[in-house]
Amino acid sequence: MADSTDMTRVTTGLVPEPLDPALEAQLAEIIDSHRAMPGALIPVLHEAQELYGYLPMPVLERISAGLKVPMTEVYGVVTFYSRFSLQPKGKYRIQVCMGTACYVKGAEALLDRLREVLHIDPGQMTTDRLFSLDQCRCIGACGLAPALIVNTEVHAKMETTQMDSLIAELRAKEGR
Amino acid sequence: MMISINIDGRTVQTDAGSTVLRAASAAGIRIPTLCYLKDYNEIGACRMCVVEVEGARGLQASCVLPVSEGMVVRTDTELVRKARKAVLELLVSNHPLDCLTCEKNGDCRLQDYCYEYEVKESPYTGRRSEALPDDSNQFWVRDNSKCILCRRCVAVCAALQCSDAIGLAGRGFETRVAVPGEGLLAASRCVSCGTCIANCPTGALMPKLPQKARTWERTKARTICPYCGVGCELFLVTKGNRILEALPSNGPANNGMLCVKGRFGYDYVAHTDRLTVPLIRKNGELQEASWDEALDAVAKGFKAIAAAHGPDAVAGLSSARCTNEENYLFQKLLRAGIGTNSVDHCARLCHASTVSGLAATLGSGAMTNSINEVLQSDLIFVTGSNTTETHPVIGSKIRQAVQRGARLIVAEPREIELVEQADLFLKIRPGSNVALFNAMMQVIIAEGLQNTAFIDDRTENYAELAELVRDWTPEVAAPVCGVEPELIRQAARLYAQAERASIYYAMGVTQHSTGTDGVMSVANLAMLCGQIGREGTGVNPLRGQNNVQGACDMGALPGDYPGYQKVSDPAVRQKFEAAWGQTLSERPGLTLTEMLPQAGSGQLKALFVMGENPMISDPDLTHVEQSLRKLELLVVQDIFLTETAALADIVLPAASAVEKDGTFTNTERRVQRLRKAVNSPGKAWPDWQILSGLLQRFGLPADYKSPSNIMDEIARVTPVYGGINYARIEHRGLQWPCRDAADPGTKYLHSERFSRGLGKFMPAAYRDSNELPDSKYPLLLTTGRILYQYHTMTMTGRVPGLMKISGTSYIEIHPDDARAAGIADGDRVEVQSRRGRLQARARVTAKLSPGVVFMPFHFGDGAANLLTNPALDPTAKIPELKVCAVQVRVAGGRQAAAGGEVTAGVDNKVGGSR
Repeated sequence: MADSTDMTRVTTGLVPEPLDPALEAQLAEIIDSHRAMPGALIPVLHEAQELYGYLPMPVLERISAGLKVPMTEVYGVVTFYSRFSLQPKGKYRIQVCMGTACYVKGAEALLDRLREVLHIDPGQMTTDRLFSLDQCRCIGACGLAPALIVNTEVHAKMETTQMDSLIAELRAKEGR
Repeated sequence: MMISINIDGRTVQTDAGSTVLRAASAAGIRIPTLCYLKDYNEIGACRMCVVEVEGARGLQASCVLPVSEGMVVRTDTELVRKARKAVLELLVSNHPLDCLTCEKNGDCRLQDYCYEYEVKESPYTGRRSEALPDDSNQFWVRDNSKCILCRRCVAVCAALQCSDAIGLAGRGFETRVAVPGEGLLAASRCVSCGTCIANCPTGALMPKLPQKARTWERTKARTICPYCGVGCELFLVTKGNRILEALPSNGPANNGMLCVKGRFGYDYVAHTDRLTVPLIRKNGELQEASWDEALDAVAKGFKAIAAAHGPDAVAGLSSARCTNEENYLFQKLLRAGIGTNSVDHCARLCHASTVSGLAATLGSGAMTNSINEVLQSDLIFVTGSNTTETHPVIGSKIRQAVQRGARLIVAEPREIELVEQADLFLKIRPGSNVALFNAMMQVIIAEGLQNTAFIDDRTENYAELAELVRDWTPEVAAPVCGVEPELIRQAARLYAQAERASIYYAMGVTQHSTGTDGVMSVANLAMLCGQIGREGTGVNPLRGQNNVQGACDMGALPGDYPGYQKVSDPAVRQKFEAAWGQTLSERPGLTLTEMLPQAGSGQLKALFVMGENPMISDPDLTHVEQSLRKLELLVVQDIFLTETAALADIVLPAASAVEKDGTFTNTERRVQRLRKAVNSPGKAWPDWQILSGLLQRFGLPADYKSPSNIMDEIARVTPVYGGINYARIEHRGLQWPCRDAADPGTKYLHSERFSRGLGKFMPAAYRDSNELPDSKYPLLLTTGRILYQYHTMTMTGRVPGLMKISGTSYIEIHPDDARAAGIADGDRVEVQSRRGRLQARARVTAKLSPGVVFMPFHFGDGAANLLTNPALDPTAKIPELKVCAVQVRVAGGRQAAAGGEVTAGVDNKVGGSR
């Protein structure tokens, strides 16, 4: 278990982000369309996260007021499920699978190398907002272990040595 | 339906919907629990309550196990004990075993069970919590390293207090109790009620006590909160003569809740500023004196002035902070000892219009229903009351009712906390209440929603009401009230069509020159819809002070003997002459708001003030001070040298509410026992003892052994208190009317008939406030109170924690008005009315409407009552504290801004542009 999720450190992790005002109307629509639905919270959180890329606190407050669900409950749900993120994600969201098969095939070494290359810990984003790094539960690609995902694309049977080139290629694509 | 189950070989009868734990507990069979909190937290989380059930697989958590007919349960087998021990070992594996220094030692459930199940240490090693304590709250520390995640704190915060400040966050080992966003508690929605810490089974939530105290060194006294009129019952926890804290009791009014003041506001009791010895002014200086000297001087002074100028040259201000017994003796002293009816108290400033308005319409000027009936209402209409701040426990109960499905209408000039839960919010202009109520009644009658049967059977004068409100359509009222006509229509329909609708109001309705009209309109509305005289309905004025209801009941009013028996009624007068053995005055007395002008004009020569501070609480303070200084004799009896006492000729040191026995009557008419918890400092005496000494000096028998004897005398002369004595109110109190020893008291009034017979519609036309904004004073100032301060701050001002949370005066102003005046949030501003001016910090907020500003009235420094208008309601003589016209500008102008003293938090652009 990586120490970035240690409870004493979460407090320092939430950086207030200016919200994109262009998205406000869409958020309101998401909330409105689920208002009457029982158990609307999780679907609304999913759609909101798709909209913003993550779930900033002001968005949670909007959802809490809109659905009349207390903030304590909204925050509890968001922090319970690892799919939800309070942290902004990079343009390239790298998730290293820590499922059993990937783990025994050396996923931890992949992760360690990515930490070194990107200079961030899992749960964090690079300052240029290009990359974010996470570990995730089994992605159901055990035959391809060890695997990682960049956004929606699965990279199979990865080796530690490939990490540098993977990042370099993505950087090049962005002209960095 | 009852069923029977077998627990540990015993047959137990239980309700079919019960759980095994509830059934066992009712049968006196103890099952250990950590997370269980009846009604609020029955979640089966901790597994301490596991039991064996015949035929069931594995052990079952009894708190969530429904009973079924013939069930056979064993609560104390070897298997059960092993499982419980394992639960404890797992908990202890991540719990610091620092019992040697832990303040919870001796009162810790985890420790108790570890002792019982012989858990010394955990066989499990592994990760341990590294959580750091959050000590940001002024009154307690949260140490999550000692948290066992029972969720009791979360449950009471969400469902009892209804603040939703804390919740569970994370998953697995990282699960923790947290503020959303993981910030500090002090920066959250938490209102420091402390209900969470009272329910914590371990040392994770610990109060910051004024001194160290092991649990076995602590003593508990069950008494009533010395703050507001809700009348919460609590346990004062003391060590020696020092109050450590108060714990909520499951009292009839509060059901396990308290607010921050009642819970933690006791530092004033042992404060070095307490008066400890009588003082007499000699050569311009207050000098120490003996009790005999002081009481002789008071008696001699009053007698001399009464002899020279007549008894009506003397007046008395009794106290809503003192007990019933003390208020009774005080008015008896003025009436039977001195011979004047000029006795009044601060109810004149808060609910005099309730007393007059409800007496005229319903026949009784008190809250019609009981506090807990709010949970039975399906519609709650709150107006002129910022309930969650001024009557916090009732505010929580309103929120509980809304959580359970009640609808809520709020009509207020500010967006108060309750607006979050409201179905409708009418942001009305201060002073427009009568127009709003009349328009609601117009809609109800026009749409045929009135309760015709109720009107026909129970009321009179309906035709006149219908006539008066006919033209007050929502379109006519809307510009007066500043709200959309459609909102008024919706509010009217919701109220009229509810099965059980209740109205809760306070000083936003009463403190106007049209206050009596406002109160009568509330009563008209309730009668029109038949929303009165049943459970969960009613007209419910929320009384401000702990014993303001009692002070009124005891006849600390110029026109009323105890129990609202009229001074003007010769038969009543004869009765009291016989009881007190003195000839009594038939001349009507002065009200509080008449006393000060008469002192100013020289007609009133002497004033006896018990536990009141008109130098802060009364309108137009500049004139208050001038008037008090003109008195020949000012006697003040108080616990501190208040702003008023500092002007006195004789000062009598009194015991505070936690230092004496007696009774308080709360806002729901419940007479409850106050019990002494600590000794008074120095030579301070309980007020009833001081008053007994004075009564004797006026030749009246007053050898009361205890307040209980005084209550017996009250019961003899006061029909509505006729059945009240200390033995009967020992446990739950009694609600008046309680006429004789067999009378169980009265939960709600006006059930079969109104106190006056038929309810009388008293139509009232809308009138403007006495002073409205104009070009010179363009803003409308309304005043109010805040959660963290109490009245004139003589008590809360000496509680450092409360002062740190909210210790300075401020004025709320709308962003539009702030921009127009070049004021930024945090600026020091000067506020001026026709009567005075002061400085305060600006808080720029859209909670108010443009054109309206708000100030709390508590603060002596920046006292809002320097500004307020003493214009009176013609019937109730209550001043218009809620509306006056002011101008607001940045204080000090260029010079101060350049000097930098006032620029903290100021936007530089604003400061530099002038």
